[in-house]
Amino acid sequence: MKYLEEYRDGAAAQAYLAAIRALVTRPWTLMEVCGGQTHSIVRYGLDELLPPEITLIHGPGCPVCVTPVHLIDRALAIAMTPGVILTSFGDMLRVPGSASDLLRARAAGADVRIVYSPLDAVALAEAEPAKQVVFFAVGFETTAPANAMAVLLAGRKGLTNFSLLVAHVRVPPALEALLASPLCRVQAFLAAGHVCTVMGTGEYHAVAAKHRVPIVVTGFEPVDILHGVAMAVRQLEEGRHEVEIAYGRSVRPEGNVPAQRAIAEVFEIVPRTWRGLGEIPASGFGVRPAFAAFDADRRFPDSGAPALESPACIAGLVLQGIKKPRECGAFGDACTPEHPLGAPMVSSEGACAAYYLYRRRAAAAAG
Amino acid sequence: MCLAIPGEILEIHAGDHGLRMGTVRFGGAEREVCLEYVPEAAVGAYVIVHVGVAIGTVSEEEAREVFGYLEQIQALADREDATGAGGPAAGPPA
Repeated sequence: MKYLEEYRDGAAAQAYLAAIRALVTRPWTLMEVCGGQTHSIVRYGLDELLPPEITLIHGPGCPVCVTPVHLIDRALAIAMTPGVILTSFGDMLRVPGSASDLLRARAAGADVRIVYSPLDAVALAEAEPAKQVVFFAVGFETTAPANAMAVLLAGRKGLTNFSLLVAHVRVPPALEALLASPLCRVQAFLAAGHVCTVMGTGEYHAVAAKHRVPIVVTGFEPVDILHGVAMAVRQLEEGRHEVEIAYGRSVRPEGNVPAQRAIAEVFEIVPRTWRGLGEIPASGFGVRPAFAAFDADRRFPDSGAPALESPACIAGLVLQGIKKPRECGAFGDACTPEHPLGAPMVSSEGACAAYYLYRRRAAAAAG
Repeated sequence: MCLAIPGEILEIHAGDHGLRMGTVRFGGAEREVCLEYVPEAAVGAYVIVHVGVAIGTVSEEEAREVFGYLEQIQALADREDATGAGGPAAGPPA
């Protein structure tokens, strides 16, 4: 496919690796923010092909993974409410809540449906006027324009049976929170290419300047990732800490202005609890009061039951890049994609799932 | 979750309530995509699509930059090698 396959070219990747080897003179630790990048890195073995001076650590950019247990519990309770159709991206169905997951709720009779787009959930609400259709709106800034459009469209259609259970998170406050931790080892960030396609790079300049950390907006194919690594390493070697774009075919400095306008119309910035990281100020989007009719959090009562995490799961440390998945005692044993203890083993973007999919055989051969 | 893929706009039409919609081709597959956030994109343009919504357009010119930057840093490394100011590559193997 055009604009994908060119960036998987083996010769270009090798040339980049050679150029990076020539650039690097001492150890550097980079964090790739987005789970999509983590999967590419582990899948293509880029972390093992890079010179030993460069360490890649995996960031918190998996929205499914950072959705807190109490919101999974909320989704489960809403799904079990008579007359409700709960819609969600497929990734969310196996994510464990305190006592169950959406897949098990569906087996127990809840009407839980996977949709490809929040706009499909709006169409379902229109087709099923006697039901309340709730879309579990999980995602980073990348997904916010689609969810904002779903609310705006439901409003134009005059629907009274559509709402979002919002678990939206924002990247820049999470980077600030990671950098504030005394355990933080990150010297440069590969920022998330599609988040910045929507938001642009404006929010990142203050982070780069305050923490003197290079931020390179990076794509998702292997050559794109090596391009981002090369730019970040060059900044580190030259003592610069700037915001640069290594994914210019998709990202403009100003981002997508019509999409930002729709996000600002429907959502406001709110504090958000991240699974494993705790509450981070201003790190989420919530539905504005003007659109309260489309807010499932207001429409459905909260039981207030306490959320319970699996005590064996170290997702919080994995999401901060402090531990690698294989350092977890439950990895691949008590915790697998079929029977996950924590969300990073479930999501297609979770670091634990990436290691399980691509590194299990190698580990078995080595050990 | 932030997976978004490039596709070519084949045609553009008005959807429900005037929503700007289009048919977009991804390799062999075609899909209905919301084009409301890419008002400038015409038929033949490539858009970046995430969960059924185009969130940006592909810049043809910038698409080659990843290879342009490679040439730039290769030239830089060669120059450092030539002046003897290079890193490990310039020295004898350890």
